[in-house]
Amino acid sequence: MTGPTRIGTGFFDQSATPVHFRFDGQTYLGRDGDTLASALLANGVQVVGRSFKFHRRRGIYTAGPEEPSALVTVIGPYGREPNRPATTLVLYDGLVAESQNRWPSLRVDLLAVFGRLSRFLPAGFYYKTFMWPAAAWERVYEPLIRRAAGLGRHQAATNAHKIPAATAQVHTDVLVIGAGPAGLSAALSLSAAGLRVILADQDEHLGGGTTLDPDWHPWRAAMLERLSADPLVRLWPRTTVIGAYGHGVFGALQTTRRRAGPAGDIVPETLQIIRAASTVLATGCVERLIALPGNDLPGVMLAGAALRYLVGHGVAPGHRTVIFTNNDDAYATAVESRRRGSAIEAIVDVREYSPAADRARGAGLTVYAGAKIEAILGERAVRAVRVRDREGQRFTLPVDCVLLSGGQTPATALATQLSADLRWNSAIAAFTPDLSPMIGQVAGAAHGVCGLSAAVEDGQSAAQQIAQTLGLRPIVISDFPTAPADAPRADLEPCWEIAGPGKAFVDLQHDVTTADIRLARREGYEHVEHMKRYTTHGMATDQGRIGGLVGHAVLATARGIDIAAVGQPRARPFLESVPLAALAGGETGEHFKPKRRLPLHDWHTAHGASFVNAGLWLRPLVYSHDTGWDAVMDEARHVRREAGITDVSSLGKIEVAGSDAAAFLDFVYANRLSTLAMGRCRYGLMLREDGIVFDDGTVARLGKDHFLLTTTTANAAAVLEHLEFHRQTIYPHWDVTLTDVGDHWAQFAVAGPLSRTVLTEVIEGVDLANDAFPFMAAAGARIAGVPGRLFRISFSGELAYEVAVPARYAREVWSRILETGAPLGLKPYGLDALNTLRIEKGHITSAELNGQTSARDLGLERLGKTDGDHIGATLARRPALQGAGRLELVGVRPVDSEQRLRNGTHLIDPDAPTTSLGYVTSCTPATEQVGWVGLALLNDGRIRIGQRLLAVSPLHHESHAVEIVSPHHLDPENRRVRA
Amino acid sequence: MLRIPCPHCGVRDETEFRYRGDATLTRPAADAGDTAFTRYVYERNNPKGWHAEWWLHVAGCRAVLRVVRHTVTHGIHSVTLPHEPADIPVELR
Repeated sequence: MTGPTRIGTGFFDQSATPVHFRFDGQTYLGRDGDTLASALLANGVQVVGRSFKFHRRRGIYTAGPEEPSALVTVIGPYGREPNRPATTLVLYDGLVAESQNRWPSLRVDLLAVFGRLSRFLPAGFYYKTFMWPAAAWERVYEPLIRRAAGLGRHQAATNAHKIPAATAQVHTDVLVIGAGPAGLSAALSLSAAGLRVILADQDEHLGGGTTLDPDWHPWRAAMLERLSADPLVRLWPRTTVIGAYGHGVFGALQTTRRRAGPAGDIVPETLQIIRAASTVLATGCVERLIALPGNDLPGVMLAGAALRYLVGHGVAPGHRTVIFTNNDDAYATAVESRRRGSAIEAIVDVREYSPAADRARGAGLTVYAGAKIEAILGERAVRAVRVRDREGQRFTLPVDCVLLSGGQTPATALATQLSADLRWNSAIAAFTPDLSPMIGQVAGAAHGVCGLSAAVEDGQSAAQQIAQTLGLRPIVISDFPTAPADAPRADLEPCWEIAGPGKAFVDLQHDVTTADIRLARREGYEHVEHMKRYTTHGMATDQGRIGGLVGHAVLATARGIDIAAVGQPRARPFLESVPLAALAGGETGEHFKPKRRLPLHDWHTAHGASFVNAGLWLRPLVYSHDTGWDAVMDEARHVRREAGITDVSSLGKIEVAGSDAAAFLDFVYANRLSTLAMGRCRYGLMLREDGIVFDDGTVARLGKDHFLLTTTTANAAAVLEHLEFHRQTIYPHWDVTLTDVGDHWAQFAVAGPLSRTVLTEVIEGVDLANDAFPFMAAAGARIAGVPGRLFRISFSGELAYEVAVPARYAREVWSRILETGAPLGLKPYGLDALNTLRIEKGHITSAELNGQTSARDLGLERLGKTDGDHIGATLARRPALQGAGRLELVGVRPVDSEQRLRNGTHLIDPDAPTTSLGYVTSCTPATEQVGWVGLALLNDGRIRIGQRLLAVSPLHHESHAVEIVSPHHLDPENRRVRA
Repeated sequence: MLRIPCPHCGVRDETEFRYRGDATLTRPAADAGDTAFTRYVYERNNPKGWHAEWWLHVAGCRAVLRVVRHTVTHGIHSVTLPHEPADIPVELR
């Protein structure tokens, strides 16, 4: 009998409640408290996946999120979730999982031929090989490579937005990351100092290394009892801190225990955004492998992982096991294994002496000191190891399991994200972080401390440092639970690689071997960051946690320099794979992109409006569910012939007040506004400092020092920000106040030859006669009995007014105007008709204010001041915005009135058909003539007025002649607006 | 993520602010000419170390703040209002 098996009860599954699960179609029995990995091992399943590139058989290598090989696809209510480590997937009844990267099955993988071809597949193979012919990339190489490589299959996430996930914001004094001995003791000490603590740990079972040493179980239980009862402490198991973002902000992924079937009201994943004044990084360490031939065979595992399966789950990873180590920690696995009746053939230790070896021998174990395993032998799984002893004698040991331990590497990713410096620590042959005390402390194994008791002390010391940094008194705890003493230890002896024939892996998930690292160096990729990208070493989902440093040591040897000088690549967030659904959290749909509804939204809905998204706004497009041109043109023609009313409440509205308000407006607008008379409006054009048009609108002078300006809907927020910025930074001492009143006022345009007749019926306090209230007049008025404002401005080109009332009276006033006006011919019109009207008139909107047009391009240069200062004054005059070749605003009209126009259609000269001279920005059927009219931005457009060009839309297979005309298609003399 | 101590609102997340660029620039006089304005609009230093920047608290008090931030560590040395004198670290004075 060979392979892994269950030999007893573990610490994590003491209830031994049976749990059924399926893996690759077969039903197995596990226990409550198992991970998928421990349950598979308990069932003797040794091969759980195929490798990324060579399709080699792989088994379970670790017992945590650092797992490179045992990645599975979980099939659940939300579809297929690929690349879940079996080592962290807590078993539940009804779990269904599949192995990955094998075809047709795990046992028979036809693509394993890549393993046989591996001498032709070195690092950089793809870069070098699939270069020619270029056309083959898309059709041959890429599909082939995608089929052959890769991990789990992604399922098109049609239901992704339905996966429940939440985002939570939380504040605390100290975030303690990692609930091992250092984290537990730090948390208790910090709470004794009166600090609020969140203690987050990736595991289901808090305690870190103390869970795996029975001598420590009483201490762990006492600490957890104290901490659970502590109102200042929040204990968060199953919470992985995935990134440190500076200024005390951390992201953490918190999961609930999975179960089969829909989650119901359980949120499986919550993204916790934590803000903390300080932090303790008690993130522990990760055991590393030793690079030697055959170190990826099923049956090879890290020694610490084996200890976890033994103690935590009562599972022995093999029947005949050999341990290969360079340090004391692996001896715990040997002692525990023997105590539980699982055979350890031998411990092979590269060191000549350690007290741990003496203790092991005393317990009856065989230790080969000063020896090494030269190769792990086997085809489908581990069969034997070849040992070379101290005297140089070689012998073969038949085994079914090899446990490797190359030392412990502190988990430094979060510390480096917090700008910690990494320092080489030769006692553990790894980097340890130096973190600024202003940010927090590193404690325990992450700090390079060896031994659980030493970690407890280091955690207390970290808490003291934090108390000191925060200006608190020293922490005194009299009844701290007593921890067992650490056994005497010897340092490890660095052992990175046992060179020999055969593949020695440093990154199992990406199939990176020691030979690949050396190849990268030979080809010039010497820097650790270059080597990483050339070989993809450490770039897989496990981020090379168990072999990263080993690869860097191999690189150091190849370069003939010290590993401390090679350094480490920077570890960026996230620390492990994070489902997109968890990142989105609750911010989906309208929680991600809220809708802004006009004050009259319900009225528009009740009257059959079709809506359009204008930024976040929902604006009525046309009062018809038929969104074709007929309904739009009916509305537009009605305005031209009689009168219409439309909702323009989404315009930005800003009140500018103060004794310097007029001077301020002269500074922010290109045209002069200080000369505006009270009770009058003026068109206003705003430039950016680079001379390009930013926004336009109207400015009304309501009082000597009181102005109201409007902005386009799209730029409402940006204009306010622009004004605030310049007011506060350029003229901070001026007396100017800006008040955003955009949401306070509902505003309606009443347009058409009958608009005066209609409004006369509902307006009190203003004489609407043309000479009493002329074009561009403004006044306070009672509108349908409500105090409001009246402006005689026109976007449509008709005689028109805009009325503004406080938003809460919107419906009342709108309805009164309509009820009064309907018998006189008033009808509502939507945004499409409004657009038709303004295009005919040659008025511009965001299609023409596109961030590239100058005032001159738009034919508005005569508005500008020629003296004094304003934003954009200098750069608007620069030659590049003046010279020939600018795109200028013109009108365009098909020569054949049967032809239509399209936005985006290019305008070309039939004699030079490969050059676009410009494009149509806006177009519409005309209201009073046959055919279409449009606006365009055209190269040297003004001098082309009268020319004929071709309007070309290859997308629609259209090309027809157009005439370039003035942009003012309708009433260029402005007679109607002044009527 | 930066946590910016707004003098009006207290310590707030960077997501409440809009970055408005280099606060060490002074807008040239109206008659300073193309070159001066071109520098003002287009040319920026990319300092490694302390840098003064404008941050507009759009989702808060709407004040423009001069934040002296370290471009490597993201440490914030000072936050002042535009009319207040800039508080620059000693090594830069």
